[in-house]
Amino acid sequence: MSDPTTATLVADSASNIAALRCRECGRTYDVSPQHVCEMCFGPLEVVYDYQRIAATCSRASIEAGPQSIWRYEALLPAVGAERVDIGAGWTRLRPAPRLAAELGLDKLWIKSDAGNPTHSFKDRVVSVALSAARSFGYDVASCASTGNLANAVAAHAAAVGMRSVVFIPADLEPAKIAATSVYGGTVIGVDGSYDDVNRVCAELSGEREWAFVNMNLRPFYAEGSKSLAFEVAEQLGWRRPEAVVVPIASGSLLTKIAKGFRELDETGLVPAEAPVTVHGAQAAGCSPVATAFESGASEVQPVRPSTIAKSLAIGSPADGHYALEEVRSSGGAIASVPEADIAEGIRLLARTEGIFTETAGGVTIAALERLVASGAIGREQETVALITGIGLKTLDALPPPVPTATVRPSIDEVNRVLEEVLR
Amino acid sequence: MSVTVRIPTQLRTLTDGSGEVAAAGATLGEVIDDLESRFPGIGERILNAGELRRFVNLYVDGEDVRFLGGLQTPVAAGAAVAIIPAVAGG
Repeated sequence: MSDPTTATLVADSASNIAALRCRECGRTYDVSPQHVCEMCFGPLEVVYDYQRIAATCSRASIEAGPQSIWRYEALLPAVGAERVDIGAGWTRLRPAPRLAAELGLDKLWIKSDAGNPTHSFKDRVVSVALSAARSFGYDVASCASTGNLANAVAAHAAAVGMRSVVFIPADLEPAKIAATSVYGGTVIGVDGSYDDVNRVCAELSGEREWAFVNMNLRPFYAEGSKSLAFEVAEQLGWRRPEAVVVPIASGSLLTKIAKGFRELDETGLVPAEAPVTVHGAQAAGCSPVATAFESGASEVQPVRPSTIAKSLAIGSPADGHYALEEVRSSGGAIASVPEADIAEGIRLLARTEGIFTETAGGVTIAALERLVASGAIGREQETVALITGIGLKTLDALPPPVPTATVRPSIDEVNRVLEEVLR
Repeated sequence: MSVTVRIPTQLRTLTDGSGEVAAAGATLGEVIDDLESRFPGIGERILNAGELRRFVNLYVDGEDVRFLGGLQTPVAAGAAVAIIPAVAGG
Protein backbone atom coordinates (compact mmCIF):
# COMPACT_ATOMS: atom_id res chain seq x y z
CA MET A 1 0.00 0.00 0.00
CA SER A 2 1.03 3.59 -0.30
CA ASP A 3 2.10 5.30 2.90
CA PRO A 4 -1.14 6.72 4.27
CA THR A 5 0.52 9.03 6.75
CA THR A 6 1.97 11.08 3.94
CA ALA A 7 -0.87 10.59 1.48
CA THR A 8 -2.44 13.81 0.33
CA LEU A 9 -4.80 14.39 -2.48
CA VAL A 10 -3.82 16.83 -5.11
CA ALA A 11 -7.02 18.52 -6.19
CA ASP A 12 -8.31 15.82 -8.41
CA SER A 13 -10.95 16.65 -10.95
CA ALA A 14 -13.26 14.03 -9.43
CA SER A 15 -13.03 15.45 -5.93
CA ASN A 16 -15.47 17.91 -4.44
CA ILE A 17 -13.19 18.74 -1.48
CA ALA A 18 -10.95 21.77 -1.55
CA ALA A 19 -9.15 21.24 1.77
CA LEU A 20 -9.54 20.40 5.43
CA ARG A 21 -10.06 23.34 7.79
CA CYS A 22 -9.91 23.70 11.57
CA ARG A 23 -13.36 24.51 12.90
CA GLU A 24 -11.79 26.51 15.75
CA CYS A 25 -8.97 28.58 14.27
CA GLY A 26 -9.57 28.28 10.52
CA ARG A 27 -6.11 26.94 9.65
CA THR A 28 -6.28 24.85 6.48
CA TYR A 29 -4.66 21.54 5.65
CA ASP A 30 -4.27 19.34 2.58
CA VAL A 31 -6.90 16.65 2.12
CA SER A 32 -5.26 13.89 4.16
CA PRO A 33 -6.03 11.41 6.94
CA GLN A 34 -5.78 13.71 9.92
CA HIS A 35 -8.44 15.11 12.21
CA VAL A 36 -6.81 17.49 14.68
CA CYS A 37 -5.46 20.98 14.12
CA GLU A 38 -1.77 21.05 14.99
CA MET A 39 -2.11 24.56 16.37
CA CYS A 40 -5.16 24.40 18.64
CA PHE A 41 -6.35 20.76 18.61
CA GLY A 42 -9.66 21.85 17.09
CA PRO A 43 -11.46 19.34 14.83
CA LEU A 44 -10.69 19.46 11.11
CA GLU A 45 -13.63 19.62 8.75
CA VAL A 46 -14.00 19.07 5.04
CA VAL A 47 -14.23 22.23 2.93
CA TYR A 48 -16.48 21.84 -0.10
CA ASP A 49 -16.77 23.87 -3.24
CA TYR A 50 -20.50 24.58 -2.91
CA GLN A 51 -20.74 26.55 -6.13
CA ARG A 52 -19.43 23.58 -8.00
CA ILE A 53 -21.78 21.25 -6.14
CA ALA A 54 -24.76 23.48 -6.90
CA ALA A 55 -23.80 23.54 -10.57
CA THR A 56 -23.58 19.76 -10.89
CA CYS A 57 -26.07 18.42 -8.36
CA SER A 58 -29.84 18.62 -8.73
CA ARG A 59 -32.90 16.89 -7.32
CA ALA A 60 -33.10 14.94 -10.57
CA SER A 61 -29.47 13.79 -10.43
CA ILE A 62 -29.96 12.64 -6.84
CA GLU A 63 -33.22 10.85 -7.64
CA ALA A 64 -31.45 8.97 -10.45
CA GLY A 65 -28.77 7.73 -8.00
CA PRO A 66 -28.52 4.50 -6.00
CA GLN A 67 -30.85 3.73 -3.09
CA SER A 68 -28.09 4.33 -0.54
CA ILE A 69 -26.26 7.29 0.99
CA TRP A 70 -24.28 7.47 -2.26
CA ARG A 71 -27.22 9.08 -4.02
CA TYR A 72 -25.88 12.19 -2.22
CA GLU A 73 -22.33 11.60 -3.42
CA ALA A 74 -21.99 15.23 -4.51
CA LEU A 75 -22.52 16.31 -0.88
CA LEU A 76 -20.30 13.69 0.74
CA PRO A 77 -16.50 13.88 0.85
CA ALA A 78 -15.14 12.03 -2.17
CA VAL A 79 -11.41 11.55 -1.63
CA GLY A 80 -11.02 9.28 -4.63
CA ALA A 81 -12.95 6.77 -6.68
CA GLU A 82 -13.05 3.99 -4.04
CA ARG A 83 -16.49 3.19 -2.58
CA VAL A 84 -17.11 0.83 0.30
CA ASP A 85 -20.85 0.47 -0.14
CA ILE A 86 -22.85 -2.38 1.38
CA GLY A 87 -26.11 -0.48 1.12
CA ALA A 88 -26.08 2.02 4.00
CA GLY A 89 -28.82 4.57 3.94
CA TRP A 90 -32.14 5.24 2.18
CA THR A 91 -33.87 3.80 5.22
CA ARG A 92 -37.59 4.26 5.75
CA LEU A 93 -39.22 7.44 6.90
CA ARG A 94 -42.55 6.31 8.28
CA PRO A 95 -45.53 8.32 9.44
CA ALA A 96 -46.18 7.58 13.13
CA PRO A 97 -49.83 8.51 13.67
CA ARG A 98 -50.50 6.27 16.66
CA LEU A 99 -47.46 7.49 18.56
CA ALA A 100 -48.32 11.07 17.55
CA ALA A 101 -51.82 10.68 18.99
CA GLU A 102 -50.46 9.22 22.21
CA LEU A 103 -48.00 12.10 22.65
CA GLY A 104 -50.31 14.88 21.48
CA LEU A 105 -48.67 15.76 18.16
CA ASP A 106 -50.42 16.42 14.86
CA LYS A 107 -47.70 15.12 12.54
CA LEU A 108 -44.85 12.82 13.53
CA TRP A 109 -42.45 10.76 11.44
CA ILE A 110 -39.98 8.06 12.47
CA LYS A 111 -36.76 7.81 10.51
CA SER A 112 -35.55 4.31 11.39
CA ASP A 113 -31.94 3.37 10.77
CA ALA A 114 -32.62 -0.08 12.21
CA GLY A 115 -32.97 -0.97 8.52
CA ASN A 116 -29.32 -0.34 7.72
CA PRO A 117 -27.03 -3.30 6.89
CA THR A 118 -25.74 -3.62 10.48
CA HIS A 119 -28.89 -2.06 11.92
CA SER A 120 -27.69 1.33 13.08
CA PHE A 121 -26.86 4.74 11.62
CA LYS A 122 -23.16 3.93 11.93
CA ASP A 123 -23.24 2.23 8.53
CA ARG A 124 -23.56 5.71 7.02
CA VAL A 125 -20.42 7.13 8.60
CA VAL A 126 -18.40 3.96 8.11
CA SER A 127 -19.25 3.72 4.41
CA VAL A 128 -17.89 7.26 3.94
CA ALA A 129 -14.87 6.74 6.22
CA LEU A 130 -13.71 3.47 4.68
CA SER A 131 -14.25 4.80 1.15
CA ALA A 132 -11.81 7.57 2.07
CA ALA A 133 -9.54 5.06 3.82
CA ARG A 134 -9.30 2.90 0.70
CA SER A 135 -8.55 5.95 -1.40
CA PHE A 136 -5.75 6.86 1.01
CA GLY A 137 -4.35 3.33 0.75
CA TYR A 138 -5.11 1.87 4.19
CA ASP A 139 -5.69 -1.85 4.59
CA VAL A 140 -6.63 -2.04 8.29
CA ALA A 141 -9.86 -0.51 9.62
CA SER A 142 -10.15 0.33 13.31
CA CYS A 143 -12.25 2.30 15.78
CA ALA A 144 -13.13 2.88 19.41
CA SER A 145 -16.76 1.91 19.78
CA THR A 146 -19.74 1.63 22.09
CA GLY A 147 -20.85 -1.28 19.88
CA ASN A 148 -22.75 -0.13 16.82
CA LEU A 149 -19.68 1.44 15.24
CA ALA A 150 -17.72 -1.77 15.80
CA ASN A 151 -20.47 -3.74 14.02
CA ALA A 152 -20.38 -1.37 11.05
CA VAL A 153 -16.58 -1.24 10.77
CA ALA A 154 -16.23 -5.03 10.96
CA ALA A 155 -18.93 -5.59 8.32
CA HIS A 156 -17.75 -2.96 5.85
CA ALA A 157 -14.13 -4.09 6.22
CA ALA A 158 -15.11 -7.73 5.64
CA ALA A 159 -17.04 -6.84 2.50
CA VAL A 160 -13.96 -5.38 0.82
CA GLY A 161 -11.36 -7.73 2.32
CA MET A 162 -9.85 -5.24 4.74
CA ARG A 163 -8.63 -6.39 8.13
CA SER A 164 -10.52 -4.89 11.09
CA VAL A 165 -9.31 -4.36 14.65
CA VAL A 166 -11.95 -2.74 16.85
CA PHE A 167 -11.90 -1.68 20.49
CA ILE A 168 -14.93 -1.80 22.80
CA PRO A 169 -15.67 -1.55 26.53
CA ALA A 170 -15.37 -5.14 27.76
CA ASP A 171 -18.82 -5.01 29.44
CA LEU A 172 -20.71 -4.28 26.22
CA GLU A 173 -24.06 -5.96 25.44
CA PRO A 174 -23.38 -9.58 24.27
CA ALA A 175 -25.35 -9.05 21.05
CA LYS A 176 -23.14 -6.13 20.04
CA ILE A 177 -20.01 -8.23 20.60
CA ALA A 178 -21.49 -11.14 18.64
CA ALA A 179 -22.56 -8.81 15.83
CA THR A 180 -18.96 -7.66 15.53
CA SER A 181 -17.03 -10.92 15.98
CA VAL A 182 -19.09 -12.73 13.37
CA TYR A 183 -17.42 -10.75 10.57
CA GLY A 184 -14.08 -12.34 11.38
CA GLY A 185 -12.12 -9.30 12.51
CA THR A 186 -10.29 -8.75 15.76
CA VAL A 187 -12.28 -7.44 18.74
CA ILE A 188 -10.41 -6.07 21.74
CA GLY A 189 -12.39 -5.55 24.96
CA VAL A 190 -10.96 -2.85 27.20
CA ASP A 191 -11.66 -2.99 30.94
CA GLY A 192 -13.09 0.50 31.32
CA SER A 193 -15.61 2.98 29.97
CA TYR A 194 -15.93 4.12 26.37
CA ASP A 195 -13.94 7.20 27.33
CA ASP A 196 -11.11 4.90 28.44
CA VAL A 197 -11.33 2.99 25.14
CA ASN A 198 -11.18 6.29 23.28
CA ARG A 199 -8.09 7.41 25.17
CA VAL A 200 -6.23 4.19 24.45
CA CYS A 201 -7.19 4.29 20.76
CA ALA A 202 -6.20 7.93 20.44
CA GLU A 203 -2.74 6.98 21.70
CA LEU A 204 -2.61 3.90 19.50
CA SER A 205 -3.54 5.92 16.43
CA GLY A 206 -0.24 7.76 16.80
CA GLU A 207 1.62 4.46 16.54
CA ARG A 208 -0.31 2.38 14.00
CA GLU A 209 -0.87 3.25 10.38
CA TRP A 210 -4.47 2.14 10.48
CA ALA A 211 -7.68 3.81 9.40
CA PHE A 212 -9.24 4.70 12.77
CA VAL A 213 -12.59 5.75 11.39
CA ASN A 214 -13.48 8.11 14.25
CA MET A 215 -9.95 9.48 14.64
CA ASN A 216 -7.70 10.08 11.65
CA LEU A 217 -10.65 9.54 9.29
CA ARG A 218 -13.05 11.64 11.37
CA PRO A 219 -13.40 14.60 8.98
CA PHE A 220 -14.77 12.18 6.37
CA TYR A 221 -16.55 9.82 8.77
CA ALA A 222 -18.60 12.52 10.47
CA GLU A 223 -19.92 13.86 7.15
CA GLY A 224 -21.76 10.58 6.56
CA SER A 225 -24.35 11.58 9.18
CA LYS A 226 -25.54 14.45 6.97
CA SER A 227 -27.20 11.85 4.75
CA LEU A 228 -29.91 11.46 7.41
CA ALA A 229 -30.94 15.09 6.89
CA PHE A 230 -30.79 14.73 3.11
CA GLU A 231 -32.95 11.61 3.17
CA VAL A 232 -35.53 13.10 5.51
CA ALA A 233 -35.93 16.13 3.23
CA GLU A 234 -36.11 14.08 0.03
CA GLN A 235 -38.52 11.55 1.55
CA LEU A 236 -40.79 14.39 2.68
CA GLY A 237 -40.96 15.46 -0.98
CA TRP A 238 -37.99 17.84 -0.97
CA ARG A 239 -39.00 19.85 2.03
CA ARG A 240 -37.82 20.09 5.62
CA PRO A 241 -39.58 19.14 8.83
CA GLU A 242 -40.08 21.83 11.46
CA ALA A 243 -38.35 19.87 14.24
CA VAL A 244 -36.06 16.87 14.63
CA VAL A 245 -35.18 14.91 17.78
CA VAL A 246 -31.69 13.40 17.78
CA PRO A 247 -29.90 11.35 20.47
CA ILE A 248 -26.61 12.80 21.71
CA ALA A 249 -23.55 10.69 22.49
CA SER A 250 -20.45 12.50 21.19
CA GLY A 251 -22.67 15.20 19.65
CA SER A 252 -21.38 14.54 16.14
CA LEU A 253 -24.64 13.11 14.74
CA LEU A 254 -26.73 16.07 15.88
CA THR A 255 -24.18 18.59 14.65
CA LYS A 256 -23.98 17.00 11.21
CA ILE A 257 -27.74 16.66 10.82
CA ALA A 258 -28.06 20.41 11.40
CA LYS A 259 -25.28 20.96 8.86
CA GLY A 260 -27.03 18.70 6.36
CA PHE A 261 -30.23 20.76 6.48
CA ARG A 262 -28.18 23.95 6.02
CA GLU A 263 -26.38 22.50 3.01
CA LEU A 264 -29.68 21.72 1.33
CA ASP A 265 -30.36 25.45 1.52
CA GLU A 266 -26.86 26.52 0.46
CA THR A 267 -26.96 24.32 -2.63
CA GLY A 268 -30.48 25.40 -3.55
CA LEU A 269 -31.85 21.86 -3.26
CA VAL A 270 -34.30 22.81 -0.52
CA PRO A 271 -34.41 26.56 0.08
CA ALA A 272 -35.09 27.30 3.74
CA GLU A 273 -37.68 29.68 5.09
CA ALA A 274 -36.68 28.95 8.69
CA PRO A 275 -34.10 26.70 10.36
CA VAL A 276 -35.14 23.22 11.40
CA THR A 277 -35.41 23.21 15.18
CA VAL A 278 -32.96 20.61 16.44
CA HIS A 279 -33.67 18.91 19.79
CA GLY A 280 -31.31 16.58 21.65
CA ALA A 281 -31.90 13.49 23.80
CA GLN A 282 -29.70 12.08 26.56
CA ALA A 283 -30.12 9.52 29.31
CA ALA A 284 -29.93 10.83 32.88
CA GLY A 285 -27.09 8.40 33.60
CA CYS A 286 -24.92 10.21 31.05
CA SER A 287 -26.24 13.68 30.29
CA PRO A 288 -23.32 16.12 30.20
CA VAL A 289 -24.72 18.03 27.22
CA ALA A 290 -28.24 18.23 28.66
CA THR A 291 -26.77 19.48 31.92
CA ALA A 292 -24.83 22.23 30.13
CA PHE A 293 -27.97 23.17 28.16
CA GLU A 294 -30.02 23.38 31.32
CA SER A 295 -27.48 25.51 33.18
CA GLY A 296 -26.79 27.86 30.28
CA ALA A 297 -23.11 26.84 30.17
CA SER A 298 -21.22 26.96 26.89
CA GLU A 299 -18.74 24.28 27.89
CA VAL A 300 -19.62 20.68 28.61
CA GLN A 301 -18.26 19.22 31.84
CA PRO A 302 -17.41 15.52 31.53
CA VAL A 303 -19.23 12.91 33.63
CA ARG A 304 -18.70 9.25 34.46
CA PRO A 305 -21.42 7.41 32.54
CA SER A 306 -23.81 5.07 34.31
CA THR A 307 -26.63 4.35 31.89
CA ILE A 308 -28.27 1.34 30.29
CA ALA A 309 -28.11 3.28 27.00
CA LYS A 310 -24.57 2.13 26.34
CA SER A 311 -24.45 3.47 22.80
CA LEU A 312 -24.95 6.96 24.32
CA ALA A 313 -22.53 6.43 27.23
CA ILE A 314 -19.90 8.99 26.30
CA GLY A 315 -19.01 11.03 29.37
CA SER A 316 -16.63 13.33 27.54
CA PRO A 317 -18.43 14.22 24.30
CA ALA A 318 -15.97 15.70 21.78
CA ASP A 319 -18.66 17.55 19.82
CA GLY A 320 -20.83 18.39 22.82
CA HIS A 321 -19.98 22.06 22.55
CA TYR A 322 -21.06 22.20 18.90
CA ALA A 323 -24.21 20.20 19.60
CA LEU A 324 -25.13 22.75 22.28
CA GLU A 325 -24.60 25.58 19.80
CA GLU A 326 -26.78 23.94 17.14
CA VAL A 327 -29.60 23.25 19.57
CA ARG A 328 -29.53 26.78 21.01
CA SER A 329 -29.22 28.60 17.70
CA SER A 330 -32.14 26.65 16.22
CA GLY A 331 -34.39 27.27 19.22
CA GLY A 332 -34.37 23.65 20.33
CA ALA A 333 -33.95 21.98 23.72
CA ILE A 334 -32.15 18.97 25.17
CA ALA A 335 -34.11 16.55 27.32
CA SER A 336 -32.54 14.26 29.88
CA VAL A 337 -34.51 11.08 30.39
CA PRO A 338 -34.65 9.15 33.69
CA GLU A 339 -33.13 5.71 33.32
CA ALA A 340 -36.42 4.05 34.24
CA ASP A 341 -38.13 5.72 31.26
CA ILE A 342 -35.76 4.26 28.64
CA ALA A 343 -37.34 0.81 28.49
CA GLU A 344 -40.77 2.48 28.54
CA GLY A 345 -39.72 4.54 25.49
CA ILE A 346 -38.70 1.33 23.70
CA ARG A 347 -42.08 -0.29 24.51
CA LEU A 348 -44.06 2.81 23.58
CA LEU A 349 -42.57 2.94 20.07
CA ALA A 350 -42.98 -0.81 19.65
CA ARG A 351 -46.63 -0.97 20.73
CA THR A 352 -47.77 2.12 18.83
CA GLU A 353 -45.77 1.83 15.60
CA GLY A 354 -44.36 -1.69 15.39
CA ILE A 355 -40.74 -0.50 15.52
CA PHE A 356 -38.31 -2.20 17.90
CA THR A 357 -35.47 0.13 18.79
CA GLU A 358 -32.46 -0.15 21.05
CA THR A 359 -31.91 1.79 24.26
CA ALA A 360 -30.73 4.90 22.38
CA GLY A 361 -34.07 4.92 20.56
CA GLY A 362 -35.85 4.48 23.89
CA VAL A 363 -34.05 7.60 25.08
CA THR A 364 -35.12 9.47 21.93
CA ILE A 365 -38.78 8.50 22.27
CA ALA A 366 -38.84 9.27 26.01
CA ALA A 367 -37.17 12.62 25.26
CA LEU A 368 -39.71 13.37 22.53
CA GLU A 369 -42.47 12.73 25.06
CA ARG A 370 -40.88 15.20 27.49
CA LEU A 371 -40.24 17.83 24.83
CA VAL A 372 -43.88 17.74 23.76
CA ALA A 373 -45.11 17.79 27.36
CA SER A 374 -42.94 20.82 28.17
CA GLY A 375 -44.06 22.70 25.07
CA ALA A 376 -40.55 22.72 23.55
CA ILE A 377 -42.17 20.97 20.60
CA GLY A 378 -45.55 22.44 19.72
CA ARG A 379 -48.50 20.17 18.85
CA GLU A 380 -48.70 21.59 15.33
CA GLN A 381 -44.99 21.25 14.55
CA GLU A 382 -44.19 18.55 12.01
CA THR A 383 -41.53 16.49 13.79
CA VAL A 384 -39.10 13.72 12.85
CA ALA A 385 -37.63 11.44 15.54
CA LEU A 386 -34.42 9.67 14.58
CA ILE A 387 -34.28 6.04 15.60
CA THR A 388 -30.63 5.16 15.27
CA GLY A 389 -30.50 1.43 16.04
CA ILE A 390 -32.33 -1.89 16.46
CA GLY A 391 -33.71 -3.35 19.69
CA LEU A 392 -32.36 -6.86 19.18
CA LYS A 393 -28.90 -5.65 20.19
CA THR A 394 -29.99 -4.44 23.64
CA LEU A 395 -32.38 -7.13 24.86
CA ASP A 396 -30.95 -6.92 28.38
CA ALA A 397 -32.61 -3.53 28.80
CA LEU A 398 -36.01 -5.23 28.76
CA PRO A 399 -37.58 -7.69 31.24
CA PRO A 400 -36.40 -11.30 30.83
CA PRO A 401 -37.85 -12.69 27.59
CA VAL A 402 -40.63 -15.05 28.60
CA PRO A 403 -43.98 -15.69 26.88
CA THR A 404 -47.16 -14.18 28.28
CA ALA A 405 -48.10 -17.73 29.23
CA THR A 406 -46.87 -21.24 28.51
CA VAL A 407 -49.32 -24.06 27.92
CA ARG A 408 -49.44 -27.73 27.10
CA PRO A 409 -50.36 -28.49 23.44
CA SER A 410 -54.06 -28.77 24.27
CA ILE A 411 -56.80 -26.64 22.76
CA ASP A 412 -58.78 -26.74 26.01
CA GLU A 413 -55.84 -25.42 27.99
CA VAL A 414 -55.12 -22.74 25.36
CA ASN A 415 -58.69 -21.53 25.57
CA ARG A 416 -58.65 -21.53 29.36
CA VAL A 417 -55.42 -19.48 29.46
CA LEU A 418 -56.68 -17.08 26.77
CA GLU A 419 -59.76 -16.43 28.89
CA GLU A 420 -57.41 -15.15 31.58
CA VAL A 421 -54.77 -13.26 29.64
CA LEU A 422 -57.11 -11.52 27.17
CA ARG A 423 -59.49 -10.36 29.89
CA MET B 1 9.95 15.38 40.71
CA SER B 2 10.25 13.67 37.38
CA VAL B 3 7.26 12.42 35.41
CA THR B 4 6.86 11.01 31.90
CA VAL B 5 4.69 12.86 29.40
CA ARG B 6 3.25 11.18 26.32
CA ILE B 7 3.26 13.57 23.38
CA PRO B 8 0.61 13.23 20.65
CA THR B 9 1.62 13.14 16.99
CA GLN B 10 0.42 16.71 16.51
CA LEU B 11 3.03 18.09 18.95
CA ARG B 12 6.00 15.92 18.05
CA THR B 13 7.42 18.53 15.69
CA LEU B 14 8.18 20.44 18.90
CA THR B 15 9.83 17.48 20.66
CA ASP B 16 12.16 16.43 17.84
CA GLY B 17 9.78 13.63 16.97
CA SER B 18 9.77 12.15 20.45
CA GLY B 19 6.53 10.51 21.60
CA GLU B 20 7.50 10.49 25.28
CA VAL B 21 9.57 13.00 27.23
CA ALA B 22 10.49 13.52 30.87
CA ALA B 23 9.39 16.63 32.73
CA ALA B 24 9.45 18.00 36.26
CA GLY B 25 6.84 19.63 38.45
CA ALA B 26 4.68 19.08 41.51
CA THR B 27 1.46 19.96 39.68
CA LEU B 28 0.26 19.52 36.12
CA GLY B 29 0.62 23.28 35.57
CA GLU B 30 4.25 23.13 36.64
CA VAL B 31 4.86 20.16 34.34
CA ILE B 32 3.50 22.18 31.41
CA ASP B 33 5.70 25.15 32.38
CA ASP B 34 8.69 22.83 32.41
CA LEU B 35 7.78 21.42 29.00
CA GLU B 36 7.46 24.96 27.64
CA SER B 37 10.93 25.89 28.94
CA ARG B 38 12.47 22.98 27.05
CA PHE B 39 10.17 22.78 24.03
CA PRO B 40 9.23 26.40 23.38
CA GLY B 41 5.76 26.80 21.87
CA ILE B 42 4.26 23.65 23.39
CA GLY B 43 2.50 25.58 26.17
CA GLU B 44 0.31 27.68 23.88
CA ARG B 45 -0.71 24.59 21.95
CA ILE B 46 -2.10 23.04 25.14
CA LEU B 47 -3.32 26.15 26.93
CA ASN B 48 -5.28 29.19 25.85
CA ALA B 49 -5.20 32.18 28.20
CA GLY B 50 -3.93 29.91 30.97
CA GLU B 51 -6.77 27.39 30.59
CA LEU B 52 -6.74 23.97 28.99
CA ARG B 53 -7.86 24.22 25.40
CA ARG B 54 -11.35 22.84 24.69
CA PHE B 55 -10.16 19.98 22.51
CA VAL B 56 -7.12 18.91 24.52
CA ASN B 57 -7.55 16.18 27.08
CA LEU B 58 -4.89 15.65 29.75
CA TYR B 59 -4.59 12.53 31.85
CA VAL B 60 -2.56 11.77 34.95
CA ASP B 61 -2.10 8.02 35.41
CA GLY B 62 -5.02 7.38 33.08
CA GLU B 63 -7.43 9.76 34.81
CA ASP B 64 -8.93 12.76 32.97
CA VAL B 65 -7.70 15.80 34.91
CA ARG B 66 -11.10 17.45 34.61
CA PHE B 67 -12.17 14.89 37.23
CA LEU B 68 -9.14 15.79 39.33
CA GLY B 69 -7.84 19.28 39.93
CA GLY B 70 -7.31 20.49 36.36
CA LEU B 71 -3.97 22.26 36.07
CA GLN B 72 -3.64 22.18 39.87
CA THR B 73 -3.71 18.36 39.86
CA PRO B 74 -0.72 17.08 41.89
CA VAL B 75 1.63 14.78 40.04
CA ALA B 76 3.71 12.30 42.03
CA ALA B 77 7.22 11.26 41.07
CA GLY B 78 7.03 8.66 38.33
CA ALA B 79 3.49 9.64 37.29
CA ALA B 80 2.46 9.20 33.65
CA VAL B 81 0.96 12.29 32.02
CA ALA B 82 -0.73 11.94 28.61
CA ILE B 83 -1.76 14.73 26.24
CA ILE B 84 -4.49 13.45 23.93
CA PRO B 85 -6.77 15.14 21.39
CA ALA B 86 -10.54 14.86 21.98
CA VAL B 87 -12.12 12.17 19.83
CA ALA B 88 -15.57 11.83 18.27
CA GLY B 89 -17.81 8.91 19.19
CA GLY B 90 -18.65 5.86 19.26
